Amino acid sequence: MGIAFGVVLAKAEIISWFRIYEMFKFQSFHMYGVIGSAVLIGIIGVQVMKYQKVKSYYNEDLELQPKKMQIARYLIGGGIFGMGWALSGACPGPLFILVGYGYYSILVVIGSALLGTFVYGLLYKYLPH
Amino acid sequence: MSQFSFMEIIYQPWPWYIAGPLIATIMFLLLYAGKSFGMSDNLRTLCTMAGGKKFSDYFKIDWKSKTWNLIFSVGAVLGGFFAHRYLTLDDRVDLNPSTIMDLENLGFINPGSEYLPPELFSIGNISDPKVLIILIIGGFLVGFGTRYAGGCTSGHAISGLSNLQVPSLIAVIGFFAGGLAMVHLFFPLIFNS
Repeated sequence: MGIAFGVVLAKAEIISWFRIYEMFKFQSFHMYGVIGSAVLIGIIGVQVMKYQKVKSYYNEDLELQPKKMQIARYLIGGGIFGMGWALSGACPGPLFILVGYGYYSILVVIGSALLGTFVYGLLYKYLPH
Repeated sequence: MSQFSFMEIIYQPWPWYIAGPLIATIMFLLLYAGKSFGMSDNLRTLCTMAGGKKFSDYFKIDWKSKTWNLIFSVGAVLGGFFAHRYLTLDDRVDLNPSTIMDLENLGFINPGSEYLPPELFSIGNISDPKVLIILIIGGFLVGFGTRYAGGCTSGHAISGLSNLQVPSLIAVIGFFAGGLAMVHLFFPLIFNS
């Protein structure tokens, strides 16, 4: 399934720095189409699964734990991620896919993303959430 | 349809109405497998495995329970490899002409000639201090921001919005506010020099 994910994001150019830039300039429908159609189908599917009380293959409840309602962390954290997404042209999924695609410079970005994660782990108690 | 024309379609960039439903399908399959779709959680798992729990409670998690997601990421790397090696003949990106003009004004040469701008990602340019700093800061913001927000595009935008979660909607608004600020306010300062 990871392989399928990698192929889809690579073939639909979602891993392209240029496509992310174009999205934030509102100059292409492509990324909005991808995310929008995934979310639309996702909403329908997840609501049906909930309504039908679908269980997982292992007969457990589905992993749909609702996130705790907070505002600061989502807005500030989201904003910080958004800046990084636009600058590096990659969110965490494409970071991995681009390694396979042969862009080895992305390893620097992965390394510093791990550093960013580590620093968040050090500071999280002092940050507004 | 002949085999030949089928492969011709595969070689082309895939349109959004193919990619979006496939991404939703991957999320459904992960849910059915008792998992949830979220890539940035791997960053935390990797920090834990590297010994992060000596430094912060945030990394005191049972990383073995997250192995499936690391395997998923390895699959993503392989998927990128297959797509590039076997399913793509030409990795030019067909950009909007005004995007190309904007990027040329920022100093990018021949925007869209491949997936990523060689100015930033060609391995030969990595010794340029400015390029290196851009890559490091970009990655740092991605790592710090996604963990602060508790999710990224897959976890919040796809999984979270599909579950009609208000926190995820706030996060996605944050993603866009940050991205718009970066592209419209900071790019002219970073690149136009």
